[in-house]
Amino acid sequence: MALDRIENLIDKYFEGETSIAEENELKVYFSSTDVAQHLKQYQTIFGYFSQAKEQQFTQEIPLQTKKRNVVLWLSIAASVVVMLGVGTMMYFNNDKEEQFVACTPEDNPELALQQTEKALALVSEHLNTGIESVSYINEYEQSKNRIFKK
Amino acid sequence: MQQNEFIKIVSPFKDKLFRLAKRLLVSTEEAEDATQEVLVKLWTKNETLSELKSVEAMAMTMTKNYCLDQLKSKRASNMTIVHNNYTDNQASLQQKLEDEDSLSWVEKIINDLPEQQKLIIQMRDIEQYEFEDIAKILDMSEATIRVALSRARKTIREIMTKTHNYGIG
Repeated sequence: MALDRIENLIDKYFEGETSIAEENELKVYFSSTDVAQHLKQYQTIFGYFSQAKEQQFTQEIPLQTKKRNVVLWLSIAASVVVMLGVGTMMYFNNDKEEQFVACTPEDNPELALQQTEKALALVSEHLNTGIESVSYINEYEQSKNRIFKK
Repeated sequence: MQQNEFIKIVSPFKDKLFRLAKRLLVSTEEAEDATQEVLVKLWTKNETLSELKSVEAMAMTMTKNYCLDQLKSKRASNMTIVHNNYTDNQASLQQKLEDEDSLSWVEKIINDLPEQQKLIIQMRDIEQYEFEDIAKILDMSEATIRVALSRARKTIREIMTKTHNYGIG
């Protein structure tokens, strides 16, 4: 390779005007053993560039599919728990409601009759106790009449 | 998209992402973390990937942004950077004692460049991207990139010749 061409390329190189092909030409020239003495100083630079390209990324790529799955399963588990909770609550609530529904007189005339009788009995019972307690007053009236005879 | 497909798409350029991250973050472990982070982010975008013109350019931009963010937060916290410098110095000192490897000098010089020039040197001289692609990745004009590249290359040359004259390299 002509030396003046290399020198020319080096000048262009430091001005940032070389193409990739020309830079490769320089790399090839400097990787050979017969480099002109006054150009030896550039040899390390180009040598380094070639060497630096050898470094490789040896780590595995952690494509966190596992982690994603964990999140997915966690959310599924959580939603199942929530659904179960809501389900049992609804179930028990329904139970109570059914009982309640069975109690309402509108749906069951026999029960209505029973309950009305019960209620009436309760009222009359209370009324009787009321009358019993009022009967004492009659005693007072009698004793008063006995003392204050007209 | 299946995992296998994704890995097939990603594997031609995952090393480039790693090297770019390492260029900016210096520490190998952090660069590995950054690369993984970016790839996972890319994987979560999965569905939209096929619509992209160049997944690689997109991934490079993501890596660049991620690393710059990392550096910013590190400078803010001011803690880990000390540790990084420490480990890095260790390595290069060891190398120096072993074989006075001048290649590591080039690396040190590049690592001392401003971040933008670091990025451009990495993508042009090491990964050999076309200016057009670099412009897309960095969202800059080609002319600006050429100027920055020329400046970076000249800085490297200048420092290299200095070390040669001192007889260190």
